Amino acid sequence: MKNRSLVSIDDYSKDEIIKILDLAEEFEKSPAPNLLEGKVIATLFFEPSTRTRLSFESAVNRFGGRIVGFTDSSTSSVTKGETLKDTIKTVSNYSDLIVIRHPLEGSARYASEVASVPVVNAGDGANQHPTQTLLDLYSIRKTQGTLDNLNIFLVGDLKYGRTVHSLLMAMSHFNTTFNFISPEELRMPDEYKIFLDNLGLKYYEHLDFTDIISRADIVYMTRVQKERFSDPMEYEKVKNVYVLRKKMLKNTKDNMRILHPLPRVNEIHDEVDSSEKAYYFPQALNGVYTRQAIIASILGLT
Amino acid sequence: MKERKQLSVSAIKNGTVIDHIPAKNVFKVLQILGLDNVDEMITFGTNFESKKLGKKGLIKVSNVFFLDEEINKIALVAPEAKLNIIKEYEVVEKKVVEVPDKIIGIARCVNPQCITNHETITTRFQVVSKKDVSLKCHYCGKITDQENLVIV
Repeated sequence: MKNRSLVSIDDYSKDEIIKILDLAEEFEKSPAPNLLEGKVIATLFFEPSTRTRLSFESAVNRFGGRIVGFTDSSTSSVTKGETLKDTIKTVSNYSDLIVIRHPLEGSARYASEVASVPVVNAGDGANQHPTQTLLDLYSIRKTQGTLDNLNIFLVGDLKYGRTVHSLLMAMSHFNTTFNFISPEELRMPDEYKIFLDNLGLKYYEHLDFTDIISRADIVYMTRVQKERFSDPMEYEKVKNVYVLRKKMLKNTKDNMRILHPLPRVNEIHDEVDSSEKAYYFPQALNGVYTRQAIIASILGLT
Repeated sequence: MKERKQLSVSAIKNGTVIDHIPAKNVFKVLQILGLDNVDEMITFGTNFESKKLGKKGLIKVSNVFFLDEEINKIALVAPEAKLNIIKEYEVVEKKVVEVPDKIIGIARCVNPQCITNHETITTRFQVVSKKDVSLKCHYCGKITDQENLVIV
């Protein structure tokens, strides 16, 4: 993985994914405050994403590394009409690794091809967000003690949600059973179902999950956005179906944990936060360890 | 009355004849093969009657012979094209085009949010289906199918 860019979750094999998770575990147990001493990491955020940026910057700071970059493109030379290629080639001179967030799909792959240093994709439009996937896997393994043979519920917008697509791809290495819970209009696209069919993995589709939630090991919640519906009436009809409430947790397994990529709006009711099964805030902390592991492994500092 | 068999486009001595091009794609084929920058004699025509295609186009290029990988580039716009290699007015070899596994340049990605539609980047695709051509963008991962295929 040394010197190799991370653009898409399928850039990493199963073994490489596990290596990253093991390393993240190590950094969680014993921080390495000077690991990045003398290194400069560029964080180029062509669109704002406070959570992801702070998580990366926290990861670098805890390693004693330095950060250069910008937090949205209005404060960079992009406003002067500079191409992505020129920005990346220039910043390659100033840094040992580039973290890029960009609204256009494929931008991170392109950046990795023109950069002279490795590139980590922190989200390219609706396409890929592999560090989110790795932190999701870390959270799943940490709470379940394993990644193998789990029953994972993906809830909400399964059509447009890139996090659920990448998570599905990554979990397909581990004999996962999937339950897809979404409104009719936002069902999991066929290409992912065909992908699972080809691997012989089981999946089930539902419109509601109140009755089946007791089977879940992981409930992965996502936002159902109004603007995704062609008919606003349709949204009004289904909007409360995909909200998780405390009373729904009654018969769930002891090991069940609720994940959410955040930010949440109303799809997990506040009253759930106090449940020991709510794991979305620790999940965000796991993002720091996971990103530390990714940076350290790419820079060959392990 | 005497029957007249007449060639619509005159014969060439040495070179390549590309036949069975869909009528509307003749200019695209010329462009993809870079024939707009060739000094040799080129004759071409289009809207000829064809039993197979209804109307077809035809290109004859003197003294130019194509490598397979060059000629396969036209598969996107002329999947049924037939090539005749001509030496001394005789057909010495026939070739058909084959859709390659990868397409570099030539097509445009259908996704308006793809980086390749915003910066000067040579597009790259993996061919995921050859029959009804379907291309997967190397950059954004989206599928461009035959219906949405635009040649750059």
